[in-house]
Amino acid sequence: MDVLWEADTSLTVREVSARLTERNLAHTTVMTVLDRLAKKGFARRERDGRAWRYRPAATRETYVTELMLTALEQTGDRTAALTRFAQSVSGVEAEALRDALEVIEGSGEKDDRT
Amino acid sequence: MTGLDDAALLAVVAIGSAFAASALGQARWPRRSPAAAILLWQALGLASGLAAIGTLLGLAMPDSTTGVVRSVWYLAALFRTGGPFRVVGAFAAAGTVPVIVVAIRLACLAGGLALFGLLCWVLVAASTAALQARRRQRALLTLLAHGDPKVPGALVVDYPTAAAYCLPGLRSQIVVSVGTLELLGRGELAAVLAHERAHLRERHDLVLLPFTALRRAFPKSVTCTDAHRAVALLVEMLADDHALRSRPARELVSALVRFGTAGPGPAPAGTLAAGEGEVTARVTRLLHPARPLPAFAVAAICLAAALLVTAPVTLLIR
Repeated sequence: MDVLWEADTSLTVREVSARLTERNLAHTTVMTVLDRLAKKGFARRERDGRAWRYRPAATRETYVTELMLTALEQTGDRTAALTRFAQSVSGVEAEALRDALEVIEGSGEKDDRT
Repeated sequence: MTGLDDAALLAVVAIGSAFAASALGQARWPRRSPAAAILLWQALGLASGLAAIGTLLGLAMPDSTTGVVRSVWYLAALFRTGGPFRVVGAFAAAGTVPVIVVAIRLACLAGGLALFGLLCWVLVAASTAALQARRRQRALLTLLAHGDPKVPGALVVDYPTAAAYCLPGLRSQIVVSVGTLELLGRGELAAVLAHERAHLRERHDLVLLPFTALRRAFPKSVTCTDAHRAVALLVEMLADDHALRSRPARELVSALVRFGTAGPGPAPAGTLAAGEGEVTARVTRLLHPARPLPAFAVAAICLAAALLVTAPVTLLIR
């Protein structure tokens, strides 16, 4: 999929294989993967002579945004599909929390941030 | 005992559970022993649901002496052999009962069955929605996520905002954004991972699912909304407690604060109206830890939970 995203145009199976030189994958493997991507709707394909040409259905950023919007869902209306570490807070509450953090960091030893 | 007695007792259980639920929502002790409190919430939810259904069905069959469940089986058998008219005929009892009473009883029967159907349906719908959302997430993660030595065992997504969550299920997965890696130090990241692993290991999603379904079934009910919020918070506290076993509280607290205050935009309306937000409650609890409830109190809570569920069940299948 990364190969498709990096390419400017749609690619045939052979072209994708050629760009995956370091992986040394069989032609049929690449074909199966691309076929699966197309079936799942992540790639679109069109006939070009006897071969299929594949291109991404949407940009990488679109998918990342979709993924993260579900995760960051601000409505508080969780579908119970996933559990977030913490909801974000704001205003007075955030101020109070920052103060609390300063107190801890003041008293505790140096944080092992990298 | 007749069906009317059953209905009265079940109504007591249902109303009692509702009052107990709002009391439990206000109580302070649950954050000392989240696991016991979650058990009690589950028992209250189950008991009030069963009792409410049983009350309606009991009202529908005031003269029955065989218990609600068996009476319903009997009616179902009548329905199979003779269709709806046989059922109505059984209710009318050969014209000895006034029409209005028959109508009320039939309405109660329909209401009880509808409530049962609704509760089953929302549970199925909530599970399906969760499974679908997770399948989509997994498919997207296969394309987009990669590993990172800073967070062993977790997937990383290139996204600037801090986000960390877990996808429960048979193929469970912890996901963090690049923003999280930049925001948190190594110790804090480890605390976040320990917290998420506890969620996955104990299947907290399954604990929360019925309450999500209930809130969806009765979106206007304050009790259902409060119950969902309370259980969601307790589940987080439970996971915090697990994280504390392997990481110091300081790391978890600073992770929580950095995370909570780094979020995008203002919090949605309504979350602050509750007075104290989820993150503040967790931070306060970690900074000023209260002793867990003594063993006898936990035992008493477990016993109460068991009795709560047993009471309506015995009345229903008497």
